[in-house]
Amino acid sequence: MNEQNIVYPYIPNSVPAVKKEMLETIGVSSVEALFEDIPQHLRIKGKMDLPEPIHDEYSLMRHVKNLLSKNSNTSENLNFLGAGCYEHAVPAVCDEINGRAEFLTAYAGQTYSDHGKFQAMFEFNSLMTELLDMDFLALPQYDGPAAAASALRMAARLTGRREVLLPRSINPETLSLIKNYVHSVTDPINVVLVNIDGESGTLDMEDLKSKVSDNTAAIYIENPGYLGTFEPKAEEIGNIAKDKGAEYVVYCDPISLGIVAPPSHYGATIACGDLQALGMHMTCGGAQAGFIAGGDAERAAQLKDVMIGIADTQKQGEYGFAMAGVFNTSYFAREDCDEYTGSGTALWCITAGVYLALMGPKGMEEVGQSIVQKARYAADRISELEGVTVTFNSPFFKEFVVNFDGTGKSVEDINQALLGQNIFGGKDLSAELPELGQSALYCVTETKTQQDIDVLIDALKAVTQ
Amino acid sequence: MARNPQTLLRDYHAARWDEEMIMDLGEPGERGVKVPVAESEITSRVGDASSLVPTQLLRRTPPALPEVSQPRVNKHYTRLSQETMGSNVGNDIGQGTCTMKYNPVSQLHVATRHPGMTELHPLQDESTLQGILEMYYKLQEMLKETSGMDAVSLQSCGGGQAIYANASVVRAYHESRGDHQRDEVITTLLSHPANAAAPATAGYKVVTLMPTESGIPDMDALKAALSERTAAVFITNPEDTGVFNGDIDKLVQAAHDVGALCVYDMANANGLLGITRAREAGFDLCHYNAHKTFSTPHGSMGPALGAQCVTKELEPFLPKPIVCFDGERYSLKYDCPHSIGKIRSFIGNASLVCMAYTWIMNHGADGLREVAEVSVINNNYLYEKLKDIPGLTVYFAEGRRRLEQIRYSWDPLFAETGVGSDHIRARMVDYGVQSFFASHHVGRHEEEPLADQIVSEAMTPEPCESFSKDDIDEYAAVMAQISKEAYETPELVKTAPHNSSIHNVPIPFMEDIVTQAGTWRLYKKAKNLD
Repeated sequence: MNEQNIVYPYIPNSVPAVKKEMLETIGVSSVEALFEDIPQHLRIKGKMDLPEPIHDEYSLMRHVKNLLSKNSNTSENLNFLGAGCYEHAVPAVCDEINGRAEFLTAYAGQTYSDHGKFQAMFEFNSLMTELLDMDFLALPQYDGPAAAASALRMAARLTGRREVLLPRSINPETLSLIKNYVHSVTDPINVVLVNIDGESGTLDMEDLKSKVSDNTAAIYIENPGYLGTFEPKAEEIGNIAKDKGAEYVVYCDPISLGIVAPPSHYGATIACGDLQALGMHMTCGGAQAGFIAGGDAERAAQLKDVMIGIADTQKQGEYGFAMAGVFNTSYFAREDCDEYTGSGTALWCITAGVYLALMGPKGMEEVGQSIVQKARYAADRISELEGVTVTFNSPFFKEFVVNFDGTGKSVEDINQALLGQNIFGGKDLSAELPELGQSALYCVTETKTQQDIDVLIDALKAVTQ
Repeated sequence: MARNPQTLLRDYHAARWDEEMIMDLGEPGERGVKVPVAESEITSRVGDASSLVPTQLLRRTPPALPEVSQPRVNKHYTRLSQETMGSNVGNDIGQGTCTMKYNPVSQLHVATRHPGMTELHPLQDESTLQGILEMYYKLQEMLKETSGMDAVSLQSCGGGQAIYANASVVRAYHESRGDHQRDEVITTLLSHPANAAAPATAGYKVVTLMPTESGIPDMDALKAALSERTAAVFITNPEDTGVFNGDIDKLVQAAHDVGALCVYDMANANGLLGITRAREAGFDLCHYNAHKTFSTPHGSMGPALGAQCVTKELEPFLPKPIVCFDGERYSLKYDCPHSIGKIRSFIGNASLVCMAYTWIMNHGADGLREVAEVSVINNNYLYEKLKDIPGLTVYFAEGRRRLEQIRYSWDPLFAETGVGSDHIRARMVDYGVQSFFASHHVGRHEEEPLADQIVSEAMTPEPCESFSKDDIDEYAAVMAQISKEAYETPELVKTAPHNSSIHNVPIPFMEDIVTQAGTWRLYKKAKNLD
């Protein structure tokens, strides 16, 4: 029992008199009686060894802010890191809406208590399916890689086959996640990597043709790919998948889709990706959220997560919403499902809906244009530096690989030097893709001005020459 | 003067904005926000954007997104938020198994607004992430203590994902020993369904133990199910009944005796903090839902944080990366040859780590025990207030002491009045109280009478430590009132809600995703609205 009779602000009934009154109503003399079913030998001996608490809010916030101040953030530094987590402009309305306590602290309330939450989620699905030009979307997954992994299992179920083809240029962390997810004690899915062309960074079509077969459940591509380049033969790849009766799974960047064709326009049967670019702060990777869309009811029936359904209420012109297909998910079908479901990232899909509503078709077009132009400008300027090259000659969206072999310096040294000038250089690829030499993956979004890019160029020049 | 709910219930009405679909708002040409475009020097140098994208990949028709000014978008979503009964706004006692704690505003603000949290890229140099890595490390250390386990991973981003990560560790452990015959996992019906589904995702055949009248799994049935093919037992304690299984250590021992591991789903840990742990019962792995036990917000269904805790023997199999501390610097360790690999991109949900750390720092060891004690007092107090309500009964082991929640049943009420738990959930909203959570274990279809018998017309309230005596009294008074209405004016309940944001939906809907449109474009197609 709380012997010091501390009253905790977040625990209303920690007031001793209230507690006493409640125990009297229950008919026991002490709280210990309520724990009678927990045998003594299962009890913790003594008190847990935790840090001394900070009970008052002011001091606690001071403590936490002190810790956060030990971080160095992208407001204070010029950031050129991407690789799946992106610094895009976040409209204030996105923060305003996802900070509303009604959305932020809601959970499993249903049709009548949480009407607004459901409408916001339904609207996200509606907006996102317009962006993707596909009909069906489930509630969001943990992150893009989880969505990709689930899409591959969907493909295996749809085809009854157990082999998937992935590009060798896939993010090694994504590959690691997918491999764990498609592994199975009894019936694993085989992952086969398709080579990429060393000059263009795009899929090696000959290697693809030699590996695709009647056992192929899915051909999976990323467009743009992990290393930034577009896949110009996306439609041809889709035709190869179709000819073999395989699913065509395309991982895309939703913020590109104002100017870039969505996967459904070049044959994808399942589209997936990550929502973080659509209105979420990077939050150290904490705002990732995956999406999976299917083009028809057959694919929709294989989505592992619930969808949001709409129905008319008894008042004309009024709608109600609820989770649709919930009995097909593992909430009810348990182990009969091939994949589990659970709380995912709903707050981020509401936020992404706000973002798409704010942006509209014009905003999405402009942001795509801004990104592709600024990224190209940065790449062009970087490739002018002595000993520095842009590795692939294919068009790219917002990321590109920069090789520093000609400078005689390692990416690690260069990035440390850049850090000294308050610049976060591109992601060091030298360990994960040694065949690319001393290379880094640079990311330029609409948040970078020409001056920002010029600052980077000057710094790189000073560091490498 | 405070309201006495026995005599006067809240005269509530939800916000009803009758808000249009966002797709139908705005006029062509309206803009919600503008984006920073490329400077003229850039555009003149690199050319038009359409020249930078392969021609065949250019989007030919713009997406059919609405064009809406910012005031209207902001108003629209603010109105939708007002039509949502969030936990920090409503009375969420009914949302059992979810542990709807108050989320302290200070911790929400600091973790969602401080640039030292929001404006971090996860791949920054470790020297620039020392603050957040310190929080990871210290939260890991705290959860080692609360669970009694030896190692913690904060990579999983939900309870289900943490169970899946644990199933992956189980698989990697047995594979590392060349023990390939173990292809079965045992769980119980009253553990969360993810304890069946996540191991199944990992390829295991799942054996489900049915509950006995005592509300706890039958030891003989467990022993009969255990064999050299058992990889692990996945179990919750207390299960959703709130009955603590005092023989849990014997159950774990029986599993160990056949070489199986034991995995503890601590979804229902709120009443156990500082009292008993996974370690004392001998478990090999466990997980917490930080969005339940450690007060990170539920976010309308995520993002969430699952904390995996394991023994020393299983530590090498944890997902990458591991957060380390050498006495001076915090770092991320990726060189883990036995690891199951990545379970979530980057380092998980960092801002939730910050919130959970903050919440535990606020409470300390005494405070966590206070959480457990008050949540158990609250639950038993609520039981005293509910037990005499006509039509309401308790599932399993009636009369036995419960910890933090109880699974009740409105079966008698349904039999006598035709008013069932779905009706009551709708009617509650009229009194400003969040609809209760029924159960994870309702019958899926009428043709499955077994599951239906086990938990029909269920209600699982969980009055965790955040609720005051007044909140609990109000919840009980609303239940008593609806019971009275069910006997006297059942149609009033069956046609509810009456004070909600919307009216009753007269059909049992949402069962079939193919006929129930999941997007506005499908709905319009179905109704010929275009």
